[in-house]
Amino acid sequence: MDKVRILSFIVSTLILIPMVFAEELSLHGFLQTNYSVRVADDNPKGAKQGNLILGEERIQLRGSLYPSKSKIGAFVKSDFYHDWAEEDWAFDFREGYIDFIDNKFGLRIGRQIYTWGVGDLLFINDVFPKDWEAFYSGRPLEYLKIGVDSAKVDIYSDIVSIEAIVIPNFQPDDLPSVGRFHFFDPYPNIQNREVEKPDSAFEKVGNMEYALRLYRYIGDFEFGAYFYKGFFRAPGMKADNFNSPSAISHFYPELAVYGLSLQRNALAGVVSAEYGYYDSLDDRGGKERGIENSQSRFLVGYQKAFPQDFTVGVQYYSELMYRYNQYKDNLPSAFAKKDQFHQYITLRLTKLLKYQTFKLSLFTFYSPDDEDFLIMPEVSCNFTDNLQAILGVNVFGGINDNTALGQHNKNDNVYVTLRCSF
Amino acid sequence: MKAIKILFIVSLFFLTSFSQRLSFAQDELSADDIIAKSRLVFYYAGDDMRAKVLMELINKDGQKRVRELTMLRKDYEEGGNQKYFMYFHKPADVKDTTFMVYKYPNKDDDRWLFIPAINLVKRIAANDKYSSFVGSDFTHEDVSGRKPDEDNHALLRKEQLNSKSCFVVESIPKGTSGYTKRISWIDESNFLPLKEEFYDKQNKLYREFLAQEIKDIKGIFTITKRTMKNTKTGHRTEATFQEVEYNLSIQDDVFSERYLRRPLLEWIR
Repeated sequence: MDKVRILSFIVSTLILIPMVFAEELSLHGFLQTNYSVRVADDNPKGAKQGNLILGEERIQLRGSLYPSKSKIGAFVKSDFYHDWAEEDWAFDFREGYIDFIDNKFGLRIGRQIYTWGVGDLLFINDVFPKDWEAFYSGRPLEYLKIGVDSAKVDIYSDIVSIEAIVIPNFQPDDLPSVGRFHFFDPYPNIQNREVEKPDSAFEKVGNMEYALRLYRYIGDFEFGAYFYKGFFRAPGMKADNFNSPSAISHFYPELAVYGLSLQRNALAGVVSAEYGYYDSLDDRGGKERGIENSQSRFLVGYQKAFPQDFTVGVQYYSELMYRYNQYKDNLPSAFAKKDQFHQYITLRLTKLLKYQTFKLSLFTFYSPDDEDFLIMPEVSCNFTDNLQAILGVNVFGGINDNTALGQHNKNDNVYVTLRCSF
Repeated sequence: MKAIKILFIVSLFFLTSFSQRLSFAQDELSADDIIAKSRLVFYYAGDDMRAKVLMELINKDGQKRVRELTMLRKDYEEGGNQKYFMYFHKPADVKDTTFMVYKYPNKDDDRWLFIPAINLVKRIAANDKYSSFVGSDFTHEDVSGRKPDEDNHALLRKEQLNSKSCFVVESIPKGTSGYTKRISWIDESNFLPLKEEFYDKQNKLYREFLAQEIKDIKGIFTITKRTMKNTKTGHRTEATFQEVEYNLSIQDDVFSERYLRRPLLEWIR
């Protein structure tokens, strides 16, 4: 009943508003089908539809209203879809906010997507929630990002511009879930687990998440400084006894991140560098078994464009764990042991053909220490301005089945997307 | 009285010789001068500019794709640094995407793309000035110009094109370029390029530029309709510049990350 009411509200709003603000209103969206199928027939426990990881039909509507000469505007983006894996219909309210705009100041309140930092699919100072399940199952890239209910203040100045965000309700990452993906679980026999999300800051003031970005040019450099205080988006673990637990629960430990980024044209391309210190506030001593230790994370990247619409991007990424001895000494035997230095090398190749209507792309992650990888080749074709088809593959592999990418070894999938934009 | 007469005669002499020199200069404009002047009137007209650009990308079968964008340009020095801002209205899947270029004649551009779906400002590599601009037949270089000293120019002849007197200039790149030879028909009266031919390594014509409509916009002659045709594939792009305005005193901060993320409506409408 609720859905019907919401739908009728949206429809009536969509009909009424254009009559009032015909010129300032914009309404767009798409119809989309998106399927992803596991290549191997070895399906995980709980798989509802066999090899089908993802199967959906979706409509997205984006409406914005920014009346001229007004300092206030609004934007809404919402999806409605049918999910074959769950055999269900659902709304996905992706973004919706109100803007107050002034000369040197901006305020945006509502659900919004943030993307920070200079990494390409490697995130250090982008501490905002991500949907990794969507990413690994071949949904369009925009579904990697999850909107957060938040308030953002922008202050623009010649000295430094500031973006300050407060998030009252914690939103974790969406990780590959039971039934859709195989993944490593150190305690597969323990079924019942509580997941405890931090209370809303409206109930517990100390739980407010804060994120701050300062940015400006210094010479030819684009410079960014970042600060975050909140929680890890991936859960930590509590157990009555980590060696042979009878009860496990998950929770989101406190985290602060301090970081920097630089970017400029150099070496006939674009060079990027980013650093972040991950301060694991609940485990500074490094002895807590279910909580990540503090880390330094770095990346350097380089992208270059070649003639005939061909571009290449490479990145080197590294995590350095602090208190490694404490980590090693306290590591439960069931856990995968990490190296003190955890690294990734990524490669992106993009080639556009036929007046950019045809795109071949490849993105790969490779970790030399975990010895695992993810290879993502993709072909997309724009038949017309409004009709696009995408075909791609996610190939996971690794020598161990308990590393970040190696655990997905059996999740190799082929995906297809067909989108009609309007 | 006599002195005044002498002064008059002397000044007359100077004046005539000066005006002779002037007309002499007009006659004897070198190919380099013509190209340099043409670049200024074509790419640096006014101190800034705003235009709504409609591009129709048409393949040999007549299938059409459309790019509609608002373009802002601000010059920082005549013939020197410029900033460009583009907001895409169409097609639907790129609506609200913005693109910003800081153009430096002596080094690679700085380029940024804003992708609204993930609220991402992405810096993009810009050393591909010969690649296609948004899938059209125009290259990035066609959109924002090429430094005259990157080619050796020679004035081939003067001839009439559509009953307009033109300089015909041949330009041969000094280094590697998207073409091996370019021939330009440049209107003698206003220095706008009316036609350009681009030749490939086999010295075959592969692209042809045509100016189809020129309007006087508050004293500034502007090509408001232009076509770039790929003579090999039969694909062509027809670009129409609508609502062209010059000297709007566009503020510097319009070309910033702030407005890349949320363009000022007064500019992009």
